[in-house]
Amino acid sequence: MITLKNISKQFGKLKVLDNVSTSCDKSECIALIGPNGSGKTTLIKSILGMVIPDSGTITFNGKDISNNYQYRDEIGYMPQIGRYPDNMTIGQVLGMMKDIRGKSGELDEDLIKAFSVNNLLNKRMRTLSGGTIQKVSAALAFLFKPSVLILDEPTAGLDPVASELFKEKIIAEKDKGKLVLITSHILSDLDDLVTRIIYMQDGKLVFHKSIEELRKDTGEERLVKSIAQVMVSNYE
Amino acid sequence: MNKIIKYVITDILRNKIVVIYTVFLLAASFSVFSLEDNSSKGRLSLLNIILIVVPLVSIIFSTIYMYNSVEFIELLVSQPLKRRSIWLSLFAGLASSLSIAFFIGAGIPVLIYQANMIGFTMILTGIILSVIFAAIAFLATVKMRDKAKGIGAAIMLWLYFSLLFDGLVLFLLFQFADYPMEKPMIGLSALNPIDLSRILILLQLDVSAMMGYTGAVFKDFFGTSTGLVFSFFVLLSWIVIPVWYSTRKFNTKDL
Repeated sequence: MITLKNISKQFGKLKVLDNVSTSCDKSECIALIGPNGSGKTTLIKSILGMVIPDSGTITFNGKDISNNYQYRDEIGYMPQIGRYPDNMTIGQVLGMMKDIRGKSGELDEDLIKAFSVNNLLNKRMRTLSGGTIQKVSAALAFLFKPSVLILDEPTAGLDPVASELFKEKIIAEKDKGKLVLITSHILSDLDDLVTRIIYMQDGKLVFHKSIEELRKDTGEERLVKSIAQVMVSNYE
Repeated sequence: MNKIIKYVITDILRNKIVVIYTVFLLAASFSVFSLEDNSSKGRLSLLNIILIVVPLVSIIFSTIYMYNSVEFIELLVSQPLKRRSIWLSLFAGLASSLSIAFFIGAGIPVLIYQANMIGFTMILTGIILSVIFAAIAFLATVKMRDKAKGIGAAIMLWLYFSLLFDGLVLFLLFQFADYPMEKPMIGLSALNPIDLSRILILLQLDVSAMMGYTGAVFKDFFGTSTGLVFSFFVLLSWIVIPVWYSTRKFNTKDL
C-alpha cells in the first residue's frame, strides 16, 4: 500500500533519514519504534508530503506521491502535538475539515461520541488542555473513514479511559482492513495492538518484522521486554 | 481554494487589528480633508499617510499573520489540498482583506471629497501598495523559519523601501551630478513601488512643475499612456514576482 524506496533527508548537517526502504500493507498495524530523534516523525511527515525527501521515492497505492495531493484523501493523520488556529472553536474546526474534505455524508463519528467532543463544540482551541486537543486530533483522524491511519504518539496525553476507547477503535479499524501506522514510546499500549514492528535508530531502519518473529528472535513474550532488549543492544 | 480564502477572511475579520487599521485610516482621512477648506491640500497630506502607513501596516500585519498561521498551514498541508492553492488562497485572503480595509478607510473619504482622476489614482495605488507589501511579506515568511528574524526582515524591507532607497537615489544623483541622470532615474524609480506610486500621484497634481527638469522628463514619460502602462506593469510585477517565487519555495518547504 505504501512503499518507500531509499528515502534520505538531511536537515542542515544532520542526517535525519538515511536510505530508508520498506513497505506497508493493509490490514496491518505497524508500530514505528526508536529512541528520540531517530527520524520517526520525519518519516511520517515524508509520507504525508509535509517533508520533502532529498532523494528516494514514496508510492501510495502504486502512485508516486511527489507532486500529488489527492492521495491524502485516503489518510487520517493525528499529529504528535495537534495545533489548530487559536481563534476557532472545536465546532468550527470540525466544520472546516468537513468542508475541505468535501465529505458530508458517511462520517465516522464514533470517537466524537466516545470522547463526548459534542459537549465542547463552542470552546476555543486555545482554551483547551493538551489531552482535549489530542481527543480532537484523534476524532479528526478517524472522521473521514480513511484507509490509512497515521498516528504520531496518539496516547501520550489521553486519560486511561480515553486511551482504552481509542485502542479499541484502532483494533476495530485494523480488522476492517485498514493500515494503521503508529509511533509511541508507551510500549505497553502497543502490546495488544500491533502486528508488525519497524525499529529505527539514527535515521536508519534497523529492522521491519512481524511481532511473532520479534518474539522468536528475542525470546521474550512481552513487547516491552523484547524492545528493551533491542534498544539496549543498540544503545551506545 | 475558495473554501480556504473564506476561512482566512473570516479569521482576519475577527482580528481586531484590521478593524483598528480601518478606523485609523477613516479618522485620518476625514480629519485631513476637513482640516482645510481646500480639499486639495488635504489630498497631499493623505498621500503621505498612504505612502508611509499602508506599506508598513500591510507588511507587518501580513508577516505576523503568516507566522501565527503556521499551525493552520500545517493542518492544511496534511489534508488533500494542493500546496500551491493553500499558499495562493492565503495570499488572496490576506491581500483582499487589507485592500478592503484600505478602501473603506481611505477610499470612501477620497471618493466623497475628491471624486476625480487624482482621487481614483490614489485609491488604486493604495490598493496596489497593500497587495505588493503583502506579497513581499510572503517572501519574507517563506524564507525565514524564525519568527523574530522574519518580522525583523519585514521591518528592514519597509525601512529600505520608504527611507533608505531615497537616500541611495540622492547619493547616486550627487555622485553622478555631471551626467544626465533624468532617464536612468525613470529606471531607478521602477525598483521601488513606493516611489513609483508617489510619482504616479504627484504627476496628476500641479506640484510636478516644482520638480524641475527631472519632473519634466517624468511628466514626459509617465504622463503618456505608454508610461502609465509601463508603471502599471512594473507595479503588477512587484506583486507577481514575489508571489510566484514564494509559491515555488513553499512547494518544497519542510513543515
